[in-house]
Parts: sequence; C-alpha cells; structure tokens
Amino acid sequence: MAVVFKRTNGLKDIPTHYCPGCTHGIIHRLVGEVLEELDVLGKTIGVAPVGCSVLAYDYFNCDMHEAAHGRAPAVATGIKRVDPDNIVFTYQGDGDLASIGAAEIIHAAHRGEKITTIFVNNAIYGMTGGQMAPTTLIGQKATTAPYGRDKEHSGMPLKVSEMLATISGAVFVERVAVNTPANIRKAKKAIKKAFEVQMEGKGFGIVEILSTCPTNWGLAPTEALKWLEENMIPYYPLGNFRTPEEAK
Amino acid sequence: MAKILMKGNEAIAAAAIKGGCKFFFGYPITPQNELPEYMARELHKAGGCFVQAESEVAAINMVYGAAGSGARVMTSSSSPGIALKQEGISYIAGAELPCVIVNISRGGPGLGGIQPAQSDYFQNTRGGGNGDYRLIVYAPATLQEAVDLTMEAFDVADYYRNPVVISGDGMIGQMMEPIEFKELPKREIPPKDWATTGTKGKRKPNIINSLALDPAELEKHNIRLKEKYDLIEKNEVRYEMYNIENAELVIVSYGTTSRIVKNAIAALKQEGINVGLIRPITLWPFPMKAFDEIPKTVKALLSVEMSMGQMIDDVKIANKGRYPVHFYGRSGGMIPTPDGIAQKVKEILGGVK
Ligand SMILES: Cc1ncc(C[n+]2csc(CCOP(=O)(O)OP(=O)(O)O)c2C)c(N)n1
Ligand code: SF4
Repeated sequence: MAVVFKRTNGLKDIPTHYCPGCTHGIIHRLVGEVLEELDVLGKTIGVAPVGCSVLAYDYFNCDMHEAAHGRAPAVATGIKRVDPDNIVFTYQGDGDLASIGAAEIIHAAHRGEKITTIFVNNAIYGMTGGQMAPTTLIGQKATTAPYGRDKEHSGMPLKVSEMLATISGAVFVERVAVNTPANIRKAKKAIKKAFEVQMEGKGFGIVEILSTCPTNWGLAPTEALKWLEENMIPYYPLGNFRTPEEAK
Repeated sequence: MAKILMKGNEAIAAAAIKGGCKFFFGYPITPQNELPEYMARELHKAGGCFVQAESEVAAINMVYGAAGSGARVMTSSSSPGIALKQEGISYIAGAELPCVIVNISRGGPGLGGIQPAQSDYFQNTRGGGNGDYRLIVYAPATLQEAVDLTMEAFDVADYYRNPVVISGDGMIGQMMEPIEFKELPKREIPPKDWATTGTKGKRKPNIINSLALDPAELEKHNIRLKEKYDLIEKNEVRYEMYNIENAELVIVSYGTTSRIVKNAIAALKQEGINVGLIRPITLWPFPMKAFDEIPKTVKALLSVEMSMGQMIDDVKIANKGRYPVHFYGRSGGMIPTPDGIAQKVKEILGGVK
C-alpha cells in the first residue's frame, strides 16, 4: 500500500502538550518536515523559548537548547558562532520575541546573524493565561486589557516583520498564516526558504506565522481560525517583506 | 618565560586565551574595557571569535549558547553590567555549563562610580540570579595571581560544569605589573558529550535546559547540584595565611585591599604590634578552615574591605563565635590607607587590653 501521510522524522514520536486546536502543533510539524527534507537534522540546533512552546526542546528530533524568556536570539548567536556550519533556529512566541526579547531579535537581525527565527504570533500571552502582548489587536480583550486594547493606553500592535524588514542584516522576512490548507502550504514554503537562506550563509531570516490560541481567545478551534482570518490578516498582511535579492 | 609588563585587564584577557578561551561576548563598561578590546584584537588569531553584544543581557546569553555548544567561553563586565547578567548566570548554573565571568568591580549601588570597590561581594558570592546555585569565585590580589587563576578557571569550570567568577576590583583591572604565563597543572576533564553540537545522526539529541516542571525532579536536580557544591567546598578552597604566628589580631581581607593590609601589618610591626592576615583567594567556597588555624595569642578579628562590610557575615560564620569581629572599610571608590587600618587595629587592641 502506498504511504500518503506519515510522521516526520523531524519530530520525536511523543505527544505534545498543546491545547486542542492550537496551531503550535502544525507549525512544529512544518519545521520538522523542512529540516528532514533539507537533510540537516544531524547538524541542527534549535533554541526553545519561554511561552507555550517552552517544551519544544522535547519535540524536535535534533539538538535543542532552552533559553530564558526573550533571549533565544542571543543564545542562538552563541551557538552559531561556535560552529557556523551548523543550522541554528529559534522558535519564539510574540511575547517572547516582540516584548521582553525585542532587543535580542533586533540585534541578531542587525548583525545579520545567520540563524532562522520561527516567530509564532498569536496576539496574546498563551502560557501565562491570556495577558496582552505587543501584538494584541486594538479592541481585542486580554486579561490585562479587560476592556480591549486601547491605542491611547497601550499603543498600536507591533508589526514585527515590517520593522525587521528595515534592518539590512535581515535578508529573509515573510509573514504567513496556518489557518487554511493553502496557507499552511505557503507557510512551509517560506520556512524552507528561510532555512535555505541560512544554509547559503546569506544572513538573518525570520518567518512570522499567524497562529491561534483558542484557549485564551475563548473560541472553538474552527472559530479561532476564522477569527485569525478576519481580524489578524487584515492588520498583519501576509506576504514576503524581504528576500536576499532585495536585501542587497 | 620572561616576565612582561601588562595592564590587569589585558593580562586577564591574554591569560584567558592561553587558558583555551575561544569565544568572548561582552558589552563595554568602565573599568574593564581593555579586556574586551584585547579580545577584539586577539581572539580571532587564536581561531576564536569576539562579538560585542547589544547588552550585558545578550552577552551572557551568547555565553550560554556557546557554552552549551561545548566551547570555552568568557564574558567580562563591571558591577552594574554583572547585575544585568544575573539572569543568564542562573540559567547557565542551572543547566550546568562551564564558563568564566570576570567582574572588575566599581563602586555602587546603582550607576555608582568608576573607581575600584569590593561592594559586589554579595553579588559575586550570593548572586542576584534566582534559585539554588553557587559560583566558584576567585579574588586575585596581584596580576600574576589574576593570570594564574584565569588560566586555571577554564579547567575548573569544565571540570565541575559550573561558572567561575574572577572577581577583581578596578585596581586589578587598571594597574600594571610584571607577569609570567606559566604552564598549568592539567586536570582530567570529562568529555563534553552533553554539548549541542549537532547529532550528526550518530546519537540521540542533546538538550541543554534548566526547566523542570515536576517539583520532585527539580528537587532531585537541586540535591545533585548541592552535592557538587559540597565537593567544590571540599576540594577548591584557597587562601593565604600571613604573619599569623604570635599575632595579637588577625585581619581578614582579600584582593587588592589585602595588599594595603600587608603594608599596615609591616608598619604595625615597627611599633611592636603583631598582626596576621587571612586572605581568602576563593570567596566562594569561603575558607572556613583557615579560621581553625588561628593561634591562641589572637584577641580579635578585623574584616577590612572596600565596601561597607559585606564579607563580615562570612567572617562571623567562619569565626564560630570564637573572637570578637570588628570591621573597617572604605566605600564608593575610596581606598583604605595603611594608616587608617593601623589606627583601627590600635583602637581595637587598646580596647581589649
Ligand atoms: C523573565 C520572565 N518573565 C516572565 C515570565 C513568564 N512568562 C512565561 S511565558 C510568557 C508569555 C509568553 O507568551 P508568548 O511568547 O506570546 O508565547 P505563547 O505562550 O503565546 O505561545 C511569560 C510572560 C518568564 N518565564 N520569565
Ligand atoms: S494556551 Fe493558546 S497558545 Fe498555548 S497551547 Fe493553548 S491554545 Fe496554544
């Protein structure tokens, strides 16, 4: 019988702890598939963040290094400098990357650090129970924005990809979403491209992935996918912001 | 090898490279800037790499990544910078990774000043990072000792899989002295088979981590760490006993302050007053056993520090209530004088006579 779908060797054969319907799982799978297809699992070191994906080090089938909240890009810098032939990636949430770790990501990009960042934007702090993130949308409710995010009080949601695309060391910047099968295929393509850019030694690459948090958004998984499409994509437009050719 | 004249910060940097340091991540702060500057100039020649980080927070986390990858790695800073590094130091200690951290300290609190001080004693020996962890802390008094200890620190860090701190004040960093790079006695260092260097398809993935959500597992980890720290306390204590025989009073002092104390001791000797010195070389583990060697002739102890009295707690613990413990210190970048110290000794002895 022909095998049409199987587990990727990029992930270990263990169940994840993510909530039902959370798209962290899909993103893990895409990264795992890409690392397997590029045949780099044996020379890859991943850096796990603090956030819902804190246990990512248990799931990826390659060497992994856990980082403090927001510091993954600095940890990845240390790892990559020790052996520039290795493939190094960070996996970070929006609280991790856009708030506490904003300096680390900007400067890793700024140095043109040859790493790949998988940036999971679910517009909220998932792990700590639904507090406001820098990426929380205007009007979106969070436990620390109980009346909805207000621009006067908390500023506009931070557009990380647009911001990083202004930095010359960031040679690959793309925003994707994992709300439909077509978008998931595009997300995988972007992830693959980002790793290829690293393998070619061209500079820093980041894929921002719009993701859901059904639990803290208070929505059923399918409604969460719809909410992503109707609310997040209009503010966080999908597409490529930077390729190595443009970065020259 | 012939002796060469070097500035403290550069001597420590040179010693680190001789000790096998290949990676350095740092951020500028006075009075230690010559150290990263030397690394920027020299480290690539040794096949290594220097990166100026965007902050101390990033620098120590770069150290964390490089140490996890099995490299010999160092960072240096001064007091407020070390304060920022505490988060990363806790993670590195928790994940049991070797690295060397140099603190060329200055007066505080806050932004403080840029003149030498020893007011980071708590910061170095207790740490501002969270959790049950310990750092091995060396406090050299001369540049030769700074060089020797720095070279050895990389071996010690690797041997115990633990961060080692070189604690010097601004004077150590800024002064010049003749030094010699000597051959190290080598330690048997276990292979770094835990490092994240890529599986190469030959082994199970390695994970560098300090997270343990299961309390029983975390307690087990902490018990194991404690056993390691006990072993360090047993094996790695270093101190100097100076002029102890027939002493009427024993001063406890470390680093550059201990050199001023030695001058005071010489001056007091001229006046027929016999004073000894216990000089901790390791601030942690603190040389408790040195205090068991204090002779019966002693009437009191005096802790002399360039701080408002941070080491005095350890002196009291080591003293076990045997002698009255006094304190003399200057702070904020003010340096104790031999006269000031001698005066204090006479005051104490006058009082107890
Ligand atoms: C220094 C520090 N501050 C705060 C925390 C608590 N904390 C854990 S996860 C988290 C937010 C993570 O949110 P995000 O990065 O968006 O990831 P998500 O959980 O949504 O996937 C916070 C604030 C921490 N672990 N360390
Ligand atoms: S809290 Fe949200 S982000 Fe975290 S696992 Fe659950 S659904 Fe996913």
